[in-house]
Amino acid sequence: MRDGIVLDKVALNLGTADFDFDCHIEAGVITAIAGSSGAGKSTLLNLIAGFERPQSGRIFIAGTEQTASHPSERPVSVVFQDHNLFAHLDIFTNVALGISPSMRLSSQDRDRVENALSRVSLAGFGKRMPGSLSGGEKQRAAFARALLRNKPVLLLDEPFASLDADLRLQMSALILDLHTETANTVVMITHDREEIARIADRILHVEKGQIATDEAKADYLSRFAAPVSPLSGTV
Amino acid sequence: MLTTAERRRGIGAGLTVLAAVILFVGTAVVTLLAWDGDQSASRLFSAYTWSILRFTLLQAALSTLLSVVFAIPVALALARRPRFVGRAWILRLMALPMGLPALVGALGLLGVWGRQGILNGWLTTAGLEQPVSVYGLSGILLAHTFFNIPLAVRLLLAVLERLPAEYWLLSASLGMKPVSIFRFVEWPALARIVPGVAGLIFMLCATSFTLVLVLGGGPAATTLEVAIYQALRFDFDPPRAIALAFLQIAVTAAVIGLIALLPAATDTVRTAGRKVLRLDGRSAASRLWDGLIIAIAVIFVASPLLSVLIAGLRADLWKLISGPRFIQAATTSLVIAVTAAVIAVSASLAIITARQAIRDRRDPVLAARLLSASLAGTSSLVLVVPPIILGTGWFLVLRQFGNVAAFAPYLVAFINAMMALPFAVRVLEPALNDHRHQTARLAAALGIAGPAKWRLIDLPILTRPILTALSFAMALSLGDLGAVALFGSSDLVTLPWLVYSTLSSYRTNDADGLALILGMICLALTILGTSGDKEHENA
Repeated sequence: MRDGIVLDKVALNLGTADFDFDCHIEAGVITAIAGSSGAGKSTLLNLIAGFERPQSGRIFIAGTEQTASHPSERPVSVVFQDHNLFAHLDIFTNVALGISPSMRLSSQDRDRVENALSRVSLAGFGKRMPGSLSGGEKQRAAFARALLRNKPVLLLDEPFASLDADLRLQMSALILDLHTETANTVVMITHDREEIARIADRILHVEKGQIATDEAKADYLSRFAAPVSPLSGTV
Repeated sequence: MLTTAERRRGIGAGLTVLAAVILFVGTAVVTLLAWDGDQSASRLFSAYTWSILRFTLLQAALSTLLSVVFAIPVALALARRPRFVGRAWILRLMALPMGLPALVGALGLLGVWGRQGILNGWLTTAGLEQPVSVYGLSGILLAHTFFNIPLAVRLLLAVLERLPAEYWLLSASLGMKPVSIFRFVEWPALARIVPGVAGLIFMLCATSFTLVLVLGGGPAATTLEVAIYQALRFDFDPPRAIALAFLQIAVTAAVIGLIALLPAATDTVRTAGRKVLRLDGRSAASRLWDGLIIAIAVIFVASPLLSVLIAGLRADLWKLISGPRFIQAATTSLVIAVTAAVIAVSASLAIITARQAIRDRRDPVLAARLLSASLAGTSSLVLVVPPIILGTGWFLVLRQFGNVAAFAPYLVAFINAMMALPFAVRVLEPALNDHRHQTARLAAALGIAGPAKWRLIDLPILTRPILTALSFAMALSLGDLGAVALFGSSDLVTLPWLVYSTLSSYRTNDADGLALILGMICLALTILGTSGDKEHENA
């Protein structure tokens, strides 16, 4: 079985919608999942993360079948658009939960948490509560936890959607840095073509619960290169 | 956004309500203060008075502890299982005791836990002799937990359901075990509102009247409210009633003050559009525990309700409802309930509109801000000065004018209106504020004002919350025994008074039938008020 992520004839029905995914996401690259609202982008991510179980088909991550495994057993970390931090726990605890879900930490573990916070420029933020942090700082704390978990796959569910343009640039740079450092596989849902241009290597386009196209960034962007016709409004 | 005339009208209406409420409550309190002060003061420090106070606080504290401690695992189990067949019906069941008159609930509990009750019958068959007593402290605790566990479950469950869906996904992704999920996610969320929920339940139990009257009584199991009633109704000892009334006001004021100091419930909101997926609690042990705890809660709440239904159906209902006493009681109850509901809802609308008018000014003067705060406090005044105290004060006022019975129906209607006021404001204020937030600018820009605004913009949206508030207020009034207990007579008979007097004359079968009818009317009004309310369904 190939490395990376493989969805082998995966089928799922969620009441009113059917999803059928059959694809291979390369290891060590940044793959963007694009598509319109309701097309199935989040469902694809949920299947990989283990939040949804397929009714048929198989899922392999890093060469191991994970179809029936619990989310915590999968070699993945997840960062959502919002609510990545428990609002009532301080930043240190939020990040440290990535190492020990019962918060039994050795002094070495505590050092690792502090280092991860430093790595995302949040040194000294450990005692602060999430409510006192900006949107960008909260996302950086979530990345610190993901960094600490050191899983081969990082799943990002529109992680920058609630940030302004400057912060998006900073966060993109952070993801590229972490990716270069860890060589992990990154799968990111995004609606933003500029974001795709900045950091993605490949693009999976999801439509009506299926993968419509799987292409390299250059091919994807070339489709949008032609100027928009002022009369027809078409590309 | 309001025109000057609209603002003046709004503030004027609010001022009128404020003056009327202060006059009504103030007259009762001043009369109590002025009545034979020396004798009352000496009664305040008697051993009897302090033993009543001790029991009031003890039963309220134990009832609160039992209700909250049992409600937490039920709420956790229901939150852990957001989708299972029958869940919506269990949540509806948890709402029923809130709309059920206390007297009907007490009869249901007697049917299950009483000497001839189903449960005691089984336990006696099993060889135990009277294992559970429904009278005295244990009966009061049973009754208070029956009414307050469902309330606590709904409040705690609402908090758990408001947690962002991502929390549960993160917990699963991080591999958190049930203990860690409780420690780091569930308990921190619950801990913020448990003190507030406990304070509310303590308040309800400390001021509980009907349940203590039916299941308690006697010097060893009497609360301040019941002792006030006994002092006036049986012993006619106003100084004792006044001393107890002041203790009651001190207790309620202290509890309300403490509740106000407690932190508000979390303002975290659920992530829009993301479905709640709970991946924890999938082990067989967890399923068994959740199923067991939910089943116990359902049996505990449903059995008295079923008992009321079964016992009531055994009575000759047709004979009961066609009897002159029932027709008299039903007519009196209905007239009092409609009057109380209309007064409560009108006063609530005036209070809310006045507060909106004050907020409408860019920089309200100090007097306006004080008026706004006073109006907010007005609706909660009845919580500090409970109905039995209002009744006592007004009883002493009206005695000076001769026959108290002649004024009694008006007085009961006003006291019921005061009781319903905080609930009506709570239902109407968010609806009116939301409506104003959404429409005020557009209505002002289009120049729609006065009757046209009321007809075209306000009425279509506000009809539903107004009807909800009316039905709640009517249900409260119809089921209330507190105010009418002081004034009930052969001339003034309401449905709860009829049930109580029938029960007191040991016509248990008839009392069961009347309780069923009263319960069905109040529950129908409550269900009518909450129908289509998704928030209630989900909470």
